[in-house]
Order: sequence, then structure tokens, then C-alpha cells
Amino acid sequence: MYTMRPSEFTYHRPGSLEEAVGLLGEEVRPLAGGHSLIPAMKLRLAMPQSLVDLSGVPGLDEISVDGNTLRIGAMTAHATVASSGKVVGSVPVLAEAAALIGDRQVRQRGTIGGSVAHADPAADYPTVLVALDATIAVIGREGAREIPAREFFTGLFATALGPAELVTAVHVPIRPGTGAAYEKHKSPRSGYAVVGVAATYGGGAPAELVVGGVTGMPLRAEAAAAKVTGDPDSIAAAAAAVAEAIGEAAIGDSYASGEYRSHLATVLARRAMTRAVERAG
Amino acid sequence: MATTEADTSTRAIGAAIKRVEDPRLITGSARYLADLQLPGMAHVAILRSPFAHARIRSISTERAAALPGVTAVFTGKDFEHLNPLPCAWQAGGVENHVVTPRALEIDRVTFTGAGVAAVVADSAAIAEDALELIDVDWEPLDVIVDGEAATADGAPQIHEAAPGNVVMDWSIGDAEGTEQALAEADVVVRQRLVNQRLIPTAMETRGAAAQYDPVTGSYTVWMTSQCPHVMRLLMTAFVFGISETKMRCISPQVGGGFGSKIFLYPEYVLVAAIAEKTGMPVKWVETRRENYTATTHGRDHITYLEAGATKDGTITALRVKTYANLGGVLSTIAPGIPTTLYGRMLSGAYRIPNIHCQVLGVYTNTGMVDAYRGAGRPEATYVVERAVDLIAREAGLDPVEVRRRNFIEPGAFPYAPASNVLNGLEYDTGDYERALDRALEIVDLESLRREQEQARGQGRLIGVGLSSYVEMCGVAPSAWIGAAGEGWGAGLWESANVRVHLTGKVVVTTGSQSHGQGHETTIAQIVADELGVPVEDVSVEHSDTQGTPFGYGTYGSRSASVGAVAVHNSVERIIAKATRIAAHMLEANPADIVYENGVASVKGSPDKGKTIQEIAAAAAVAYDLPAGEEPFLDDTAYYDPPNCTFPFGTHIAVVEVDAHTGEVTLRRYVAVDDVGRVINPLIVDGQIHGGIAQGVAQALWEGAVYDENGQLQSSSLLDYGFPKAEFFPAFELDRTETRTDVNPLGVKGAGETGTIASTPAIVNAVVDALAPLGITHIDMPLTPETVWRAMKDASASRTASQG
Repeated sequence: MYTMRPSEFTYHRPGSLEEAVGLLGEEVRPLAGGHSLIPAMKLRLAMPQSLVDLSGVPGLDEISVDGNTLRIGAMTAHATVASSGKVVGSVPVLAEAAALIGDRQVRQRGTIGGSVAHADPAADYPTVLVALDATIAVIGREGAREIPAREFFTGLFATALGPAELVTAVHVPIRPGTGAAYEKHKSPRSGYAVVGVAATYGGGAPAELVVGGVTGMPLRAEAAAAKVTGDPDSIAAAAAAVAEAIGEAAIGDSYASGEYRSHLATVLARRAMTRAVERAG
Repeated sequence: MATTEADTSTRAIGAAIKRVEDPRLITGSARYLADLQLPGMAHVAILRSPFAHARIRSISTERAAALPGVTAVFTGKDFEHLNPLPCAWQAGGVENHVVTPRALEIDRVTFTGAGVAAVVADSAAIAEDALELIDVDWEPLDVIVDGEAATADGAPQIHEAAPGNVVMDWSIGDAEGTEQALAEADVVVRQRLVNQRLIPTAMETRGAAAQYDPVTGSYTVWMTSQCPHVMRLLMTAFVFGISETKMRCISPQVGGGFGSKIFLYPEYVLVAAIAEKTGMPVKWVETRRENYTATTHGRDHITYLEAGATKDGTITALRVKTYANLGGVLSTIAPGIPTTLYGRMLSGAYRIPNIHCQVLGVYTNTGMVDAYRGAGRPEATYVVERAVDLIAREAGLDPVEVRRRNFIEPGAFPYAPASNVLNGLEYDTGDYERALDRALEIVDLESLRREQEQARGQGRLIGVGLSSYVEMCGVAPSAWIGAAGEGWGAGLWESANVRVHLTGKVVVTTGSQSHGQGHETTIAQIVADELGVPVEDVSVEHSDTQGTPFGYGTYGSRSASVGAVAVHNSVERIIAKATRIAAHMLEANPADIVYENGVASVKGSPDKGKTIQEIAAAAAVAYDLPAGEEPFLDDTAYYDPPNCTFPFGTHIAVVEVDAHTGEVTLRRYVAVDDVGRVINPLIVDGQIHGGIAQGVAQALWEGAVYDENGQLQSSSLLDYGFPKAEFFPAFELDRTETRTDVNPLGVKGAGETGTIASTPAIVNAVVDALAPLGITHIDMPLTPETVWRAMKDASASRTASQG
């Protein structure tokens, strides 16, 4: 219980996506930046029999804008997303969220694909990607497929990824005129979101309020978001309704109780939506 | 910067020289304990108790021993011949019920993380894997973790030797006078304060390595220690029962200690004993999780304070009762911290005519608690500075004015706090109001108060908090702190040897130890300044019992005010000898020689002189020395201070509390410290910066939390509120300089002032921000949820009272 060394495992570093996919299976974990997986292995919370290091697979760290879609390769580091002109120019809230992840060291090593696949309830990307209606591109031995973010996250550290699949990219729709914002109460201990709220407004789509860190997976408060008409009273009403969406489901820990997280979610929802409305074109 | 005496800017003392230590630290070439590789070295891992309180029925090690790569497995029974570790500082004048750890516990554990078995293997990984194959038959016992609750009737009893779980019941001051003054006071405030448990979290965890030579029967032990000489003394004379000459203790580069590396730990003994038993060099390096459970913690007081004052804010009495949680067994100097270093400092910077303090040291099923940066003085300062603010609030007075009204005035020094709480010592020198005024000037309190008023109108909560502290450095006069007085089991002088070699280069060895303080720079500056040689010609060596004179080590901000004074005294005697030799060389009367800037010359003929390098060469070759003069410039000094030194200052924090979330933002932090004469302002600023960060962290983020089963909930850096640089604004530092007359250097001490002052400044600021809600106190850490709940409860009770 006091060791901080992983149990024994085999290490692979494939040179192609095909080779990587061929190595996947039960008890096998793809390794991206390793900033969640390696600590979990050191604490023996994760004990995979083998690791497939994706750092040797070419082409997984590219960012491109393809029509109305921003594509971010799974191995793109948070720091790269935060500073990418393509991201800032098309979906600025994603860069804003990336800049709030962990600390400088984590942002250099941690990747968007790793974060999404790990599905930590306190991570920042899942909340924002659900709000933005992004799609997660994955590949497995059966071939490639795309999973909407809103279906991808299924619970605490749980996703729709199969055991022999890995994330290759995140596709984010570019919707001109949309105002979006992300508000985070950052844990001074871990740097994770105690609560994170993403809001979108305008751009021809319904408003969105998505809460992370409170219920184990990104919580899409649709009824609350539907109250937003742009004026402050409607935002306040929507924020209050976020607490109803959370209900009794809020989880707590030694830093923040469920009750406090639920309260924070309403405060951050109001702040995020207020900024989203200001930014909407 | 205000100074009391003119400085000559060309002198090495007072120069902001970059630390000579830094290049090796920054480039990663410094060698820490974990870097040590000995030929044929095996690795040790330790099986630790998963229970906070349990009997060990049996331990079966066969499966672990059979794992390939495992050399040996040991349990406590293998080391029954070794004594339990000593408790070297007990509370003075009262009975102490002492139970200390053993190398490995044999039949019972009293905190989670106590070591019960050890594996020796080819690698640390194999050793750790083998731990899982050791089977212990445990009998869990009832657990108590709270220091106050542990003394209640019916609480689980931890040690037969300590009825009611009380280590010691220690009282000082004037009980009757304090009782009467409280009864007669116009204003009385009462508050329960929790000074929560902290985890020191040095960047480098602990570790030890050892090698045993069966031919000579001697040990070499490398360890992460702030005091290798004391380690050798305690291990040989008290634990192993062998000659002190049969052990050499070495501290390699030590990556921070903050007090937690002062103590003799079970693992150091264990590693040395294993080296002897196996005949192999062995090494153990602590993991961070072990560090959090098995290395000492700090603070953990529950205090009831009562303070009385007149209507105008003149403090008339302070009564304090404190439960000091010392953990499941006693660490090396645990009982001394909440007594001598805490109770004796409860007069703070104020003339308080009646003081009484009772401290109950308590056993609980938690990790050991001992000195942590500031050690007792932060706890005392917290009590006093909260009390002053509570009085100001209750009396409707400005906290600044209450401080001014009660400050010990500059003409009153030396000052002995009332009720003999300082047991015969006196505050040396001080000008408390000058530091306060300077801090107020920097922060511009009047503008801040206007801004605060306006902000309140907009529903924003800004707060300003003061902390005017005095602390005690340079522990300590041996005759005061020794067995007759304060229960310390040895002396507390310090040593230095200064040698000027034939080439004129200077080697200084010191019994103190540097683990981040910059001794190699600071001591070189003193020698360079006084002897008149370039700083780079002075090499400072430390941290090895072989080659340095015995010394007590580094803690309690004592290396400048005790250790460096020994260096100064050595240099003075070397100059005296150099002067005699120069007189001989110049064919002059020694009385006519003046020594200045490294040159000895005949009074009135400064051009005709001998440099220290020339004199050193003459002394070393010894061709022609004055009759009866020994060769070589070499002197060893032992300095025992006549008094402690008492730095002081005022810190002011400006915070904003988010009225919706309770989140506290530190907007500004002003610190005006008076540490006496400053040898290196860069190093002093660095010490104060780090200290402030640690003290602010206690107020806002840190706190070790045990659940009711004695499991440490904050057992990793993911769960513990360790501060990061980005949490802080740029600190606004200034100094006043009031030299001490205790030592010839005029230095007081700077290692702990930041930690001591800052915690109450932050809490006072947050409470000031929340004053409109009727909040008078919140216990630390002031996490957003804690503050939010306080605001919620306050508004609920206001609504109720209005309804």
C-alpha cells in the first residue's frame, strides 16, 4: 500500500496505427501522455499487463480545420491545443479549457485523446466536448468509427470505447455565431476541476449547460439550458435549474462535499452562460 | 530600507551574492541520498501497519523470503537487542510518559504506517513486491485520533505507561493573577482554535543507506538528516549501545527538511542494523506515501483561549489551554515543541501583564508530530494574533490601534514577558511599532479601508489582516534549555573550525548542516568580510561527522545566530594569531599592528603590510615564527549563546472572498521583517518568501486529515493542499534592521519568520472580509467550502435573529 512502483507489465511502442491496434486487447492499455495512467499504475489502481505507447505512431498529433469541423489528433498535448491558432480561431472555448488543465508540466505531456479515453469525472475536456457536441474518432480491429461525445462518456471512468479500440481524434463542429465559455473551480490540490461548467449560446443551436466534476460524468442540463433567452434573469433561472438537474446525484470528497459541488455548479453555470451570451454573435 | 547602522557597500556581509550552492542544484548535478550507489548494494522496503491501533499476533515471512531476488526478511524480533529510540527533549519540570518507536515494532502498532517488517532485495521493486507476500495476523484495537477527545473518560487507551493518553501536563505562568485579571476585565474574548495538523512535504523524501565493516565493527550511515552529529550520538549511545567512534554519519545533499529531518527515525536505525546483519551495503528511499504517513507531521493543537482587556484595548490577561496531539509514539523532540517553543512565546509582541498556559501532550493513533518550520512559535503567534483581533472586534477598536497600545516599547528592552513565561530569558532588542508603521505605509491601509467600504457596497468582500509577531531564534543557551530548565537532553551550542591553508585559501567546517539555507554562501561571506579574502577563496564543509567538529545541526533558525557566531569567533582568533605573526614579519610590536581588509600593517604605515595570504604562507611553512607560536592558522570555536534572539515584524495580507463560492483570493501580501543584521539579503528574502508560502498554505489549503479509523485521508499530493507558486501574488517585502546585542554579528535569524507571521495574517484578513456577516472566527484551512458554510450559517443566524 506504500509502494509507488507499478506492477510488472510489458511495454510496446508500435510504429503504426495498424500495429498499435493489433496489440490491443483485454488487460492492455494504450499509453498517451501518461499523466493519469502512470500515476494510477504507480498506486496500483491500474495494473495492465501491457502498455501500447502511442508516441511512435505518426500523424496522431495533428490539428486541422476541415470545412465546419475542427479535428484534433488524439496525441495533441493540452498546451498545443491551448495555443493553437486553428483552435483559437475556430473553437476558442476549447483552447480556454485546455489552458486551465492541471499545471504547466501536465499540459505539456497530457493529451486530448488520453483525457477523453480516461474519462476522469473531474477532467475538463469531457465537459466541454459534450457541450460542443463533438465526436470522438476511434479505431479498433473491426475498423474505425465515430462516437458522439454525448454517447461516449458513460459513467465514472467509463466510456463507449471497446477494449480493443483507441481514440484517434476529436472532431469538433465549428458553429459561427456561437458564444461559448468554460468556468472551472480548480482544486488547489490536484489541479482537476472540482466543478467545471461549459456553456454555449446562439449559433443556431439550442443553448447548452454541461456540468463536470459533480455527478461522475458530464451532466447535460438540457431543461436548465432551455430557459436561457439571453437576459440575466433567464440565466439566473437556468443556473438555479442546474441544481435540480443534479438532484441528489452529487458526489463529494474530502475537499468538497456533494452539497457544495452542487452549489458551485449553479454559480459557475451562471458565470459561464453570462459569458457565453456576451460572446454570441 | 531602514537600517540602524550605516553599511559599507563593499563588504561581503550584506551583499546580495548568488548562492554558490545553486549551480549544482539547478543543473541536477547535486547528489542526494537516492543517487547514492554502493558496490553490491541491496535495497530495503518496509512493511507498514495498515491499522492505526493493533496487536501483532504473528508475522509469517516465508513466502516473501522465497521470492527470487530477495536476500532476507526481518521483523521486529530480529532487532530486539536494540533499544527503542530516545526522546531527547521532554517537557521541562513535569513527568513525561514516554513511549518511543523501535526499528521495527514487535507486538503492537499505534499508528497507520508504523514499520513491522523489512525486506532486503536486489532491487527496490522486488523488495516492495515481496512486502505483499508477508502475512501478518493482526488484532485491530479501538482507535482514537482527536487530541482533545483522547483525554476524555472512556477513550481508547493507547499506552499503559500513559494513563488518559497524556504524555505530559505542563503549566506555566500565573494562574491566580490571570484568573483575577480576566474576572476584572472590561472585555473578555473566548475562542476555541484548531491549529490543524500539517505534513512538511520536503521536496526530497527521507532515506538512509548503510555499510558495515565487520573487521573494524564500524558503520557508515548516509541519511537525510539536518543534524548528522546528533544522529550518530543518538544511534550509538542510546540505540545500539556501541562506541560513538564506531559510526560515521553523512548527510548528502538534503532537499529540504523544515524540521522533519531533525529527528532520529526508526528507518535510519533499521538500515544500519540490516547492513550489519546482512553484511551488505543497503539503501532505503522513502516513497511519498511513506513520507506522508511515517515522517513526522507538525502543529495539531486544539486550543481554548481567553483574553481580557480594558475598554481602550489594553490587554490585561491571556489564558490558554492547549491539547497538543503528539501521535501514536513520541518523535525525538516532540514534547519540547508545544511547551518551551510554544507556551513560552505567548506574550507575543505585547506587554501582557498576566499569562497562564496549560499544555496537555496527548497520544493518539496518528502519525508522530514534532517540529515543523516555526515549531511552536507559529502556534503561539496564531493564538496571540487571533486574540488581539478578537479583542479589537469585541471592543469596537481598530486592530492596528490595539497592537500599538500593547506593543512592548523600544525603550523596554531587554524585556522579560510577565508571569515569567519565558523562564528567565528576555526579548533582546526590538522596535515593533517601526515595522508596523512601515508595513502600513507600504500597504496604504487608509486607501484599502476606503476600497473595502466601497466594495462592501457592491457586495464584494475585501479583507485586511495584520500579524505583528515576535519569535525566538538561535536555540539556545545550553544552561537554560538543558536538563535543569527546559528538559532538553544535551547542549545547544555550535561549533566551527576555520583553517587558512598555505595558499591563503580558507576551509571552514561547521557542525551545522545546510539543507537549503545557503550556509556555503553565507558563512563564506562572513569569513571573507572579516578575514578580508575573496568570497570564492572560502570553502564551507559540513554534514559529515568525519571531518567536522561536533555540532547540534540546523533547526530553529540557529545557523546564523549560533553556528555563524562560532565561525566569527574562530576568525577573530585567527586574526589575532595572524597579527602576532605579521608583527614578527614586520619586526614590529604586535600592539602596533592593525588588521584591516586582509592586510596586517603597522599603525600609521598602511602601505607597509603583510597580506593574510603572506601571513598564512609564513604560518604554514613555519620557517620563521615568533618564539612559542604554533604553525598554521587554524582555530576551532564552540559558541554557546547567552540568550536566544527575537526577530519580529508585521505582515499584512489583503484578501478578497468570493461572496458566492467562499473562495479566498490573496491579492497582496506585505511583509516587513526585522531579522537583525542581514548577511545576504537574497537568501533572507528567499527564506521569507518560502516561509510565507508555507504559512499561507496552512491558512488556506493544507491539512492532514485522519478518518475515525486512523487512516490518513490526505495521503498523497493529489489529496493534500500543497501550495504551488501560481497561487501567490508577488510578495512585497521590506525590512527594518534592529541588531541583537546577544551575539557579536548582530544577527537574529530568518528561517522561520515567514511561516510564523503569515498564517494569522491570512485568517485575520478573511475574518475581516467577513466581518459584516458577524463572523468572528473560522478554523483553518479556509477552503472555499469552509468559508461558504461559515457565510451560509452566519446569514441563517442573522435571518433567524432578525425574524
